[in-house]
Amino acid sequence: MESAPIRCLINDRDERIDPATVPSGLTVLDFIRNHLRAPGTKEGCKEGDCGACVVLVGELEPAGDRVRYWPVTSCMMPIAEAAGRHLVTVEGLDVGGPNMAQRLIVEEGASQCGFCTPGIVVSVMGRLVDGGSPPPTAGGDGPRSDALADDVDRALSGHLCRCTGYRSLRSATRRTFEALREHAGVDGLVSAGELPDSFLEVPGRLRDLRDAAATGGLDSAAAGPAPATPWVAGGTDLYVQRGETLPAAPVSSLHRVLAGRPEARGVRLDGESLRIGALTSFEELAQDPLLRARVPAIPQFMDLVASWQIRTRSTLGGNLINASPIGDVTILMLALGAVAVFEDLGGAGETRELPLEALYRGYKQLDRRPGEVLIEVRLPDLSASDRVHFEKTSKRRWLDIATVNSAVRVRLGDGVVEDARVAVGGVAPIPLFLPEASRALCGEPSLDRLQAALEAADAEIAPISDVRGSADYKRLLVRHQLAAHAATLLPALDADATYRAVATA
Amino acid sequence: MATFDDLDHLDAQAHVRGRSRYVDDEPRPEGLLFAAVLPSPVAHGKIRRLDTARAARRPGVRGVLTADDIPGENQIGSVLSDEPLLALDDVHYLGQPIALVVADDALGARHALRDIELEIDPLEVIVDPRRAYDAGHLIAEPQTLERGDVDGAFGGCYRVLEGRVEVGGQEHVYLETQRARAIPEEGRAMRILSSTQGPYLVQKTVARILGVAEHEVEVDVKRLGGGFGGKEDQATPWACLAALGAVATGRPVELVLSRAEDLMMTGKRHPYSADYRIGVSSLGQIEAFEGRYFQNAGAACDLSLAVLGRTLFHATNSYDIPHVRVWGAPCRTNIPPSTAFRGFGGPQGLFVIESAVTRAAESLGIDRESFQRRNLLSAESRFPYGQSAETVTIERCWDELDAAFDLADVRRRIDAFNLENVSVKKGFAVMPVTFGISFTATFLNQAGALLHVYTDGSVSVTTGGVEMGQGLFANMASVAARTLGIDPERIRIESTNTRRIANMSASAASSTTLLNGNATRLAAEQVRGRLLEHAAELHGGEAADYSIADGRVLRTGEAMGQLDWNGLVKSAYFHRVALSAHGFYRTPVIHFDAESGRGHPFAYHVCGAALVEVTVDGWRGTYDIDAVRLVHDVGRPLNRRVDLGQVEGGLVQGLGWMTVEDLRFDGAGRNLSGALATYKVPDVELVPRELDARLLEDDGPGGPGSEPGPYRSKAVGEPPLMYGLGVVFALRSALRALKPDRDFPFVAPMTPERVFMQLHGPVAGAGGGAVAAEADDLAEATPASAETVGV
Repeated sequence: MESAPIRCLINDRDERIDPATVPSGLTVLDFIRNHLRAPGTKEGCKEGDCGACVVLVGELEPAGDRVRYWPVTSCMMPIAEAAGRHLVTVEGLDVGGPNMAQRLIVEEGASQCGFCTPGIVVSVMGRLVDGGSPPPTAGGDGPRSDALADDVDRALSGHLCRCTGYRSLRSATRRTFEALREHAGVDGLVSAGELPDSFLEVPGRLRDLRDAAATGGLDSAAAGPAPATPWVAGGTDLYVQRGETLPAAPVSSLHRVLAGRPEARGVRLDGESLRIGALTSFEELAQDPLLRARVPAIPQFMDLVASWQIRTRSTLGGNLINASPIGDVTILMLALGAVAVFEDLGGAGETRELPLEALYRGYKQLDRRPGEVLIEVRLPDLSASDRVHFEKTSKRRWLDIATVNSAVRVRLGDGVVEDARVAVGGVAPIPLFLPEASRALCGEPSLDRLQAALEAADAEIAPISDVRGSADYKRLLVRHQLAAHAATLLPALDADATYRAVATA
Repeated sequence: MATFDDLDHLDAQAHVRGRSRYVDDEPRPEGLLFAAVLPSPVAHGKIRRLDTARAARRPGVRGVLTADDIPGENQIGSVLSDEPLLALDDVHYLGQPIALVVADDALGARHALRDIELEIDPLEVIVDPRRAYDAGHLIAEPQTLERGDVDGAFGGCYRVLEGRVEVGGQEHVYLETQRARAIPEEGRAMRILSSTQGPYLVQKTVARILGVAEHEVEVDVKRLGGGFGGKEDQATPWACLAALGAVATGRPVELVLSRAEDLMMTGKRHPYSADYRIGVSSLGQIEAFEGRYFQNAGAACDLSLAVLGRTLFHATNSYDIPHVRVWGAPCRTNIPPSTAFRGFGGPQGLFVIESAVTRAAESLGIDRESFQRRNLLSAESRFPYGQSAETVTIERCWDELDAAFDLADVRRRIDAFNLENVSVKKGFAVMPVTFGISFTATFLNQAGALLHVYTDGSVSVTTGGVEMGQGLFANMASVAARTLGIDPERIRIESTNTRRIANMSASAASSTTLLNGNATRLAAEQVRGRLLEHAAELHGGEAADYSIADGRVLRTGEAMGQLDWNGLVKSAYFHRVALSAHGFYRTPVIHFDAESGRGHPFAYHVCGAALVEVTVDGWRGTYDIDAVRLVHDVGRPLNRRVDLGQVEGGLVQGLGWMTVEDLRFDGAGRNLSGALATYKVPDVELVPRELDARLLEDDGPGGPGSEPGPYRSKAVGEPPLMYGLGVVFALRSALRALKPDRDFPFVAPMTPERVFMQLHGPVAGAGGGAVAAEADDLAEATPASAETVGV
């Protein structure tokens, strides 16, 4: 299974990685530093929190003519997932002298101890190389309503710099975006001399790898799962939980296992249902037009989830199966009424559907049968007239685990709540759907009805005290979040009156 | 030619391309082994059994070492000898090193740790400094500083307020974790690459551990991926362990802590619990202040006594208070030894006095900023330790801040916003900072620099200072270039190496540029002097007639044909003129007598003032830091960009400490924030987009003899961190707008949980900040705040 070599491009070199000497669970970071001895990529935390290890991952688009690049935290990516892809470290961006991003970081004094700097350079360039997103926004007026400033912050979101205080980094990144936004994309950056010429050959080289894998079984691990080895969807929590054992052993990359199943990634419309592939990344969710048409605020919700460099790796399926009681996307999906679609890969291809709230049976206990893999998530009745809101309270707003998160979907008819779905995380051993609170919200909106829903919710949750907050805090927070949902979603409720009724009681 | 002020951060060109080498980026020497450390799993206990045999038999393991394998003295305490390198009989904090595994690869070494059999009988764990004090667990005797007639003054005050203040610790989160590589050389010699702020401390401690003379040990430091104080004392054990492994195996050994290990095993900023009493006159003058500080020093002394000393020195921050008594106890607890962190005890002192000042202003019904301004130090003031405040520029900084940003208008704007909004309120605070510059241990204020000029005119400079991101190399290059009169590009700043510079003080106390810059200046002046003498010998006249500027040799200010720096150097060489020099600098004037608590411990003070604005979301207890605007006195800066980077970086570190950096230990001494998933430091989103740091340039510390510079520059490393304290008081003002009837305690960090619970949680137990001795509302005193002061 895993005896086939992993073939990929790292910077401008073809790599053929032998799983006999390099466990396929080894992190890309360790491979780069210890095997290639390319020291520009740094290890700062090995849990995705600092961004010192960020590299670009280039993936051939299905049409095969273009490579899409994502920045990822290489400390949580198994080398198995490099197969058929192009990995780019800071060394691989080098154009023989500093590029624009690098020059401006120097000029702004935005590199002090330097340890975080290479990763930041990679992310900034990643924002520009990425051919799938619109180029960075043009600058606006005023610090608070400045879309370019938002773009800059998002690019820097997964990076910790302990020296500069970020002002100079913001300035350098902004100036880079302003200077190069017209050249965004591989071709433009190469012709501007900001990216090595070798990037132009990458689509062809990745096509060769793809063709070789398809015909010669060079990448035959894609043929099926190895039941004995852990499956990795995105790995962004798995590698935090098992950072000492996974890198020493083989893993099965679900991207490789499900390579022949196009429905496993991306969003599609199927009658009334929206179907989302389990391997769809959070970043893909945030950008998907079908989803955005129904949940317009999903990009803003996703800003509160992890960081850009992790959202590019984290998958919907990974989040649901990881079964964290505080999983942000899980909570959102519960409120959206998601149905999990499982398939036994060893079976005859039949699927089993399960409403998400029925999947969770206890702390990390799932109603999932051996051999079953989550292929898709179905949203049976999400419509554009539904109103959806997501709340998350954490110590730090970005890249932090929630103390309490919650999502509410309401369906209004003439201002009356016809249907409501309330989900809350961090208050039970499982991500919690609140049937009673959901029911209580239905009807003509009023403060009394809201109070009844809050009381119902209070009876449905069972928070405990831990490092994310005391039980009392979480309980009160649920109350406030739900009231904030109501004030946001229900035009009939006056926000200030709701606040006074709930928070100053 | 680059001018001195726009000189780039010298390392940055390599940093941005990923070409800067840190310890483990250096090419690996043949036979390199990797080490891992066995930490104590409990915070206090007696080791009953320690058996390494099974671990030693694992394939790939080259050695398992315990205290018994230490050839020299098992001791790393630099101030008090109270800290073994490897635990022998008992353990005093969770994470304390017990054994070392050396193996072919790092993962193998870590896996082998699990095969070490360890049994420990647990003993009582104390993590609270007041409990430790009550139990008599002190690192040393309490320290005091007193000025005036404190008791008498309180008796005459219009109002006396007292309360309790809690301020948490802070994890350094240098992006590069602790690491070292030890390479055995011929005989007993050992070469060590270390990520340390204190190369000499590493050298002498390794020598002590190995039982060899200091000259056998070479420590080389290229750069650090951040230090912030966390690698002043606490880089030493890892270098010692690597050296121990290298001696035992005869092979080079590298030890790199993982982030989780680093967070668990290393010491942090000291948490403090304090009581204050402040007395004010009816005119709004602070008449008396008393502070009692319970310092959580952790399990060993480390630098705690000096840290505590600085707390007392800075107990009155920027305020002129005639009657002061401050007392501090270094309490021994079962958390990792607390250590240096940017500010070094000063910030905790500032937090307490700012709390007291806030309480006093609130009680008097005066705007906080007016009360602060009224009580600022002037040049005629004197600090409680007797030093004159003649170098203090706090009034000027404050007034420039006010002139630039109009504090009265800020208050009007925020009041208007708060009138219009129900669930969201704004608040602001001004944070003045006056910080003393020098090591408070006077003998440390010395430095050496070694300068070579080669015959092609290029220059090599080694100093005792360590580049850890603060821009030291750029500063040293400017000083050398400026003194020699040549382009900074001709200067190379070398790694910091104990074979080139002896007995160096750690890069700390904001004094690295001050000390090493002056040593560099002195070295360069020697060589320049010899070159000018040589010019006079060749071309006649006196050396004083000659000078070098922009790489050209001038005679009485006029260019001398083709004679340039390169030509003069080459000629000097052929005339056997020494082209190398060692400069030695000691800060003049400073002295301090610990017995009397009197002296002149600081070369000068650095000042500034910051305006912090916040918005609190009453729904969620979350908040935004909207803006920070500040004026900071840099004297005549050597490099404005480097200074600005220090100001902004320090500020944000302070903001983080006061808001989201929530260092917590449970009752068993376990670090509950032992991962970056739980210990959050500021990211880009947390930092206000409106961040306006203005450098106030003045003539530098005044008065002959107290003019350290170099070139009238002022120290900038630590003071800006303390601007971050303002956020707590800004949040408090917003909280008071949201719930005017509530009393809020003085506590940091103000996490969203604390903000939320202070707003919406039960009132009982909020204590700590309430008024106790205030004559007209004594009845309001809560039990928590009634704890009285009394020695």
